[in-house]
Amino acid sequence: MIRTLHAAVAAILLLVTPAFAHDGTTHVGELNITQPFTRATLPNAPVGGGFLTIANTGAEADRLIDASSAVAGDVQIHEMAMEGDVMKMRELADGLEIPAGATVALAPGGFHIMFMGLNQAFVEGEAVPVTLVFEKAGSVELALPVLGNAAKSAEQGAMEMGHGTAAPAAATK
Amino acid sequence: MAIKTVRLWLWGAVVALALTAGVGALLLRQSPPGATPFGTGTYSLIDQNGKAVDQTLFVGHPSALFFGFTHCPEVCPTTMAEMAGWFEALGDEGKDLRAYFVSIDPERDTPEMLGDYVSWVSDRITGVTGTPQEIAKIAESWGVYYQRVPLDDGGYTMDHTALVFLLDDKGAFQGTISYGEDQETAVGKLRNLLAKS
Repeated sequence: MIRTLHAAVAAILLLVTPAFAHDGTTHVGELNITQPFTRATLPNAPVGGGFLTIANTGAEADRLIDASSAVAGDVQIHEMAMEGDVMKMRELADGLEIPAGATVALAPGGFHIMFMGLNQAFVEGEAVPVTLVFEKAGSVELALPVLGNAAKSAEQGAMEMGHGTAAPAAATK
Repeated sequence: MAIKTVRLWLWGAVVALALTAGVGALLLRQSPPGATPFGTGTYSLIDQNGKAVDQTLFVGHPSALFFGFTHCPEVCPTTMAEMAGWFEALGDEGKDLRAYFVSIDPERDTPEMLGDYVSWVSDRITGVTGTPQEIAKIAESWGVYYQRVPLDDGGYTMDHTALVFLLDDKGAFQGTISYGEDQETAVGKLRNLLAKS
């Protein structure tokens, strides 16, 4: 009985493990999440993509199984691939595996978090909240900085901001 | 009897040859060399202002033509952003260039939505949509592949060709810019196109 209670308390503690973020890295369980970003959306665009890098420092594989956000009606985990000149999109129904000791990048042109049914535009310079749920590490809340609408990486965004140059969209309109 | 048989055979051969020649001539007349160049087709569409447009939309100026949809998470916004960069890099040099964003998801993309969506790229880009049947015709004439992919929530996304087609001032196909091609190469292709048009 006591053992069961201990297990339950441990489970609850695990569920509410807060994320520790420092040096731009968010820690959740054995996972380190870095380089989060999203892109400014086009007028009327009902969808947006979220990007980040997940490193699994643990000895066991984990899996990104769900995501949600206050700014979107639905958030899914997708894979995009170019087959020749054709762009193909797939929803990862079983989530995205983060193998033990591996680093998985959600980046433009590949895996991404897909925000659907946006109830607000993503504005460059702001941030978009997202909650990620991992099978083992539990859930974690992140803020994805909104970069220019063609930003290819978090670094590029930082560089562009550093140079004070706006993305083409902002410059032309 | 034997001669009659031979004569019958010979007449048979004559008829067969005549038929072959006749059909051949007919076929040749119907399809002279290079009859339907790539990009040729007939269709009735609607532009972002609700105006009826057809294949003559691409005549009179060089064009950059892209097929996409507003529910597109990555390829379309990125291509639009790159297009904005091309217009900016070309400056006055590109004043004759027109760009078109043709929706391959006409059931969700209304003319108004498309107009807003492309408006920030340049004042020289126009959103185009239409009935699914007419969109199928323009897509077919450019060899554009598009396919609905169902999603968990009952919605869908689209797989589609992500090329930008380059057309001269007669609306004739001159080349493509691939997804993610670097700006210098893309702008070089546009300069060539402008020089030819």
